[in-house]
Amino acid sequence: MIEAPSSPGKAPGIAAAFDEMNGPDGVLPKYEGVRQWLAETAPGLLDLKRREAELLFRRIGITFTVRSRNSDPERLIPFDIIPRILDAGEWDMLSRGLTQRVRALNAFLYDAYHDRDFIRAGKIPAAMVLLNESFRAEMQGFEPPHRSYTQIAGIDVVRTGPDDFYVLEDNCRTPSGVSYMLENREAMMRLFPDLFARHRIAPVMRYPEELLETLKSVAPANCSTEPVVVLLTPGAHNSAYYEHSFLADEMGIELVEGPDLLVDDNVVYMRTTEGLKRVDIIYRRVDDDFLDPLAFRGDSLIGTAGLASAYRAGNVTLANAIGTGVADDKSIYPYVPAMIEFFLGEKPILRNVPTYSCCVADELAYVLDHLPELVVKEARGSGGYGMLVGPASTKAAIEEFAAKLKARPDDYIAQPTLALSTCPTFVESGVAPRHVDLRPFVLSGKETRIVPGGLTRVALSQGSLVVNSSQGGGTKDTWVEER
Amino acid sequence: MLSRTAEHLYWLARYMERADDMARIVLAGHWMASMARSLGQEGSEWQSTLLTSGCEPGFRERHGEVTADNVIDYLVRDDANPSSIISCIKTARHNARTVRTALTTDMWNSTNETWMQLDSHLSANLPPEQLVESLDWVKERSLLFNGSYNNTMLRNDAFYFSRLGTYLERADNTARILDVKYHVLLPEGQGIGGSLDYYQWQAILRTVSAVRGYHWVYHERLKPWLVAELLILRPEMPRSLLNCCDQITQNLEFLAARYGGKRGACHRHAADMHARLRGGSIKEIFQTGLHDFLTGFVDEMIDLGNEIRAMYLV
Repeated sequence: MIEAPSSPGKAPGIAAAFDEMNGPDGVLPKYEGVRQWLAETAPGLLDLKRREAELLFRRIGITFTVRSRNSDPERLIPFDIIPRILDAGEWDMLSRGLTQRVRALNAFLYDAYHDRDFIRAGKIPAAMVLLNESFRAEMQGFEPPHRSYTQIAGIDVVRTGPDDFYVLEDNCRTPSGVSYMLENREAMMRLFPDLFARHRIAPVMRYPEELLETLKSVAPANCSTEPVVVLLTPGAHNSAYYEHSFLADEMGIELVEGPDLLVDDNVVYMRTTEGLKRVDIIYRRVDDDFLDPLAFRGDSLIGTAGLASAYRAGNVTLANAIGTGVADDKSIYPYVPAMIEFFLGEKPILRNVPTYSCCVADELAYVLDHLPELVVKEARGSGGYGMLVGPASTKAAIEEFAAKLKARPDDYIAQPTLALSTCPTFVESGVAPRHVDLRPFVLSGKETRIVPGGLTRVALSQGSLVVNSSQGGGTKDTWVEER
Repeated sequence: MLSRTAEHLYWLARYMERADDMARIVLAGHWMASMARSLGQEGSEWQSTLLTSGCEPGFRERHGEVTADNVIDYLVRDDANPSSIISCIKTARHNARTVRTALTTDMWNSTNETWMQLDSHLSANLPPEQLVESLDWVKERSLLFNGSYNNTMLRNDAFYFSRLGTYLERADNTARILDVKYHVLLPEGQGIGGSLDYYQWQAILRTVSAVRGYHWVYHERLKPWLVAELLILRPEMPRSLLNCCDQITQNLEFLAARYGGKRGACHRHAADMHARLRGGSIKEIFQTGLHDFLTGFVDEMIDLGNEIRAMYLV
């Protein structure tokens, strides 16, 4: 049975965090190799390797732009050298749950832009979908190839117990982080070949190929030749620019910026040294708002005039589609389990975190009464900016936040503070447990594909539950054991 | 390839070359000033360096007085000067980062590491006696960059655009370096052919690493017209204007061949400049005036750059 979105139900509580390495009877078998390795290796050597990894990342230029007045705008995301391990059974369950969830999200998007059965069946208030600021009326009636809207989805998953996985957030617009999945693996294989030799780990390096296959499978119906795929980036100043260039390079496709493209008679071309060349599929890492100054924000300098209309004419595919934001909005999130039931007739495999919508008066009252134990987020925020973690906040901070909530309740949702699972992590004081989450990437074209792995983010300060890289979080290589 | 990619490659190569050339121009100033000081005849060396670099107008807005410290600071490490060595390296690295998928790993590494080491080699608080060492470092990094791209890039359009960037910039700078000698005034009592005059010509040769080259080609003492001939007309001299134009013409031809034989104004102009240099004599150049010849050449290079841009880069 699904939890009604309006009554969040039993909270998982803030009990002691689940330790992914140690069970009641000591170290779990999957971590035995890591335990031995940590025991045999001198801490000095580990520290040396950590520095080596940092230098490696700095040299390749895997940096991340942070919104701050800091003088070093290109910062490295700290890389933790101890891998996080999931066994085949855990991955199998996750993978089925993720596939199910993304299928439902795509079905919901198709429905939202066509017949709206989900709304008519009373499963969600119409206003929540149709008045959502990410809803794009221009998409009404549009038929995307294979009914796929979110060809690339990043689903954030947290764990609180042996079998307790929760989806914290769906990312259906332009999710990033997959380059860390690939580069972290590369770094681990380079730094610790012998540790690798002791394990059988599913490879992740085929992700770019899978991505390209997925993109080609959603070529416009009228594309008769080998489709031309490009990656559209906002440019070198974007925080995920490294990832854009990395993926374009791995797939062997052009990395274009808005001004490189030109639309003539609803056909998209890129400007090359030999003249104009037609483009069929655009893997775009530019937000809807900035894609096309004619259709969306007129002040966009990174867009291409006429792109939206070429898309609607069926002459080019945008991946992800325009208007996918309505599926991953934090105010829509509570309804995803109902989508799975409604569109697929299945029981959700992965659970939702109980969520209070502050726009509902009763729920706002509850939230205001329980702020010290809740996490409050902006409904449309991202990157961990502007959120309140109740148990880790001072009284003054909570009061300040309460005022903001009362002033603009529609802008916030609240969730119980989950005791995120911990993994052994190499920190100043040695090896210690730190909280982690996981972002696997789900590809949906003609078929659904998931490369076994993902981006594990780790909160490096003791007790911290915020894993976002903009807030000082780090990353780990994520190992999925082969059967 | 994308026009923008070609443009970034072209500017990446140009800015790495400009960093190198700026280092050479500052070295020339440094040697001339040391020479003059040792002869007790300090004069307009830094003023001439500033004029040669083409940075005088910007300098005047930031500094009143032309002193060694001010000029060196402005040409080497001032962020506000777009042609300072630090700015060139930052701009080169920005261009590289924007098109990193078009670069080989070695090219990226050489550019990125140069950028990463900027602070330790060119920081403002380095003692003056380290100037030469710092400038040598810049020359080394530029050599490394040139080696990395010449040795690792595929021989396709990306390579030809990079080469065009290198040689357009180098031609421009060889002309400017030679023109230093026009701007630096000999103090009263020190005539043409005097010892200071001699050392100034020698400094120019040292700047372009051609002192030994001069002796191998001419087997005689430094003569101004021969130094000029070496840097303008001699095919043996890798930085000569003739050689630069030869490379520019060749690379434009490679591009035409690759793009189905299409040629434009830039092809005609480059071939014409090349032909004039091949048939030129140093006597004629001195008769029209070396300074006029050189400024005319620099202007023509700017036009050629615009023609290349119009044909391929926009």
